[in-house]
Amino acid sequence: MATQLQLAPAPLRTRVRRNRLRVLLFLAPGLVGFAVFLVYPLVMTVWLSFTNSNMISQAQFVGLRNYRYLLDGDPLIRHAIRNTAWLVVIMVPAQVLFALGVAMVTARLKAGASVFRTLFYLPALAPPVAATVAFVCMFNPNSGPVNRILGLLGIHGPLWFNSPDWSKPALTLLALWGSGTMMVIFLAALLEVPAELYEAAELDGAGPWHRFRYVTLPTISPVVLFATVTGVIAGLQYFTQAMVASQVANGNIQPAPGYPDGSTLTFPQQLYIAGFNQFHAGYACALAVVLFVVAMAFTVVLLRRASGFDIEESPR
Amino acid sequence: MTTTYAPAPARQTRAASPHRAERGRAGRRRQLIWIAEHAVAVGLACAFIGPIVFIFLTSVMTDGQSLTTSLWPHHWQWSNYRTVFSTAPIGTWLANTVIYAVAATATTLLSSVPIAYALARLRFKGRNTAFLCVITMMMLPPQVLVIPMYLMWARLHLTGTIWPLVLPSLFGDAFSVFLLRQFLLTVPEDYLNAARIDGCGELRVLTRVVLPMMRPALVAVGLFSFFNAWNDYYGPLIYTGETPAHWTLALGLATFKTSHAVQWNLTMAATLIAMAPVIIVFFFAQKAFIEGVTLTGVKG
Repeated sequence: MATQLQLAPAPLRTRVRRNRLRVLLFLAPGLVGFAVFLVYPLVMTVWLSFTNSNMISQAQFVGLRNYRYLLDGDPLIRHAIRNTAWLVVIMVPAQVLFALGVAMVTARLKAGASVFRTLFYLPALAPPVAATVAFVCMFNPNSGPVNRILGLLGIHGPLWFNSPDWSKPALTLLALWGSGTMMVIFLAALLEVPAELYEAAELDGAGPWHRFRYVTLPTISPVVLFATVTGVIAGLQYFTQAMVASQVANGNIQPAPGYPDGSTLTFPQQLYIAGFNQFHAGYACALAVVLFVVAMAFTVVLLRRASGFDIEESPR
Repeated sequence: MTTTYAPAPARQTRAASPHRAERGRAGRRRQLIWIAEHAVAVGLACAFIGPIVFIFLTSVMTDGQSLTTSLWPHHWQWSNYRTVFSTAPIGTWLANTVIYAVAATATTLLSSVPIAYALARLRFKGRNTAFLCVITMMMLPPQVLVIPMYLMWARLHLTGTIWPLVLPSLFGDAFSVFLLRQFLLTVPEDYLNAARIDGCGELRVLTRVVLPMMRPALVAVGLFSFFNAWNDYYGPLIYTGETPAHWTLALGLATFKTSHAVQWNLTMAATLIAMAPVIIVFFFAQKAFIEGVTLTGVKG
């Protein structure tokens, strides 16, 4: 307030009112969007999760029936939860570690660093559907080059996208291939670690592992946490690649979510099937509420811990 | 000549007189590390680029060869690209995708700039709360809201068109607002105050002073919006899934292998058509892109 007093000579109340109007004007589209595209559908999702809505006829209140069905009734939910948990617990950490490793190699490169950076980032831009189709083709057990190369090394390659045991690892390889965004974020953080810290550590006789453990890691840990939590939230929404991979690998005109043997059926896919194939909108909303609660829990962790957002920082 | 050895501590020797042999060893070691690092990088580069090369090579193979494990086309059948357009309505899908991506980018930029400016540069009560709302929207899986949203658009008779995909960005896009705000925090306040003292209103400060400085951020946000729309599969699946005439490339490509052609060569040609614009634009706007990505992960 004090600084504004010096700037403008108009009476205080007028200025406060004018300021409020100005802020409203700037925020108007955002406020409308927040109400129409977040608050309204969120309230509706919660409400519909207590009804037997089928998208067409009038919905009736059914209490906790959808949630009870979710807990013990839906024959596919076990697959959906287990697969999504697998992706969050194995695929996302693998992606973070891989991206960090690639970033550390890239940070040390002297010759052609920018060329390598570009090449490593490029796959992250590939449309997920296109990348998935290409990977199913590459990992095709009969005609794909991956099993051929493995064969040259004397390894009998698995069925990948056609095997319930290997479909998720194959999706993980696809995720590693496209982890360039995370890599760039890590690289930027690594390049910002002050060189003096490394020099000091080296003078103290710290080897490469100790330098990483006590200098690099503490400095970049907020960024690693940020990447992990956003990765987990992306893992919770994992849909496109699983859907497309099962459809293309199955080779059938009828979509086959979860092919093979429900091994790629994720939670959001189950939500989609319940809502848009079986028209159990009420049940789909119950699934959505569960997804919301879990995603928000991770967001709260992120907001508590990551400095990447620096909410309290005022403009300089 | 005889010399008596008085074994000095190794450390002292190294510090006092760096022998040529020892320096040579250290240099060789450094050379080896250099070679190892670059070898790893070359290996990684092959792994990252391999799939794209594979897609290209398969896309020009004959039908028969694409079903075998051979990697190099015996006969470069460029006509596959023409065939793709006649076996599936790729032209229509491409047009729909371009319309969706361009419209979404324009509306996103138009609406998100003033919101980001207010969040970064105007003082008001509840600013932090407003910013928390932006982050919440950014982190919210779209699946959470999809059923009521679908019902809403169905009631407006807009399902089966791309309107439900484009219209929401007229009211701001959370990720873009976040990115622009992070950038705006780095603009020195002095520039803005100078303009304010000269009698500019906030709108003029934004359009005359801030916007020209924001060009890199605007380019980054524009590119992200464009590629998000280009790559989007979930939105088109939900809203245009029933109407193939309104499909985008992502949606068409997903069904391409199974419904239009069993041949991998045509599928890979279609795949490359979906990837090419992204790759080409990236090579022209690399810097803006990387800056944008960096801005998201690191403190603004």
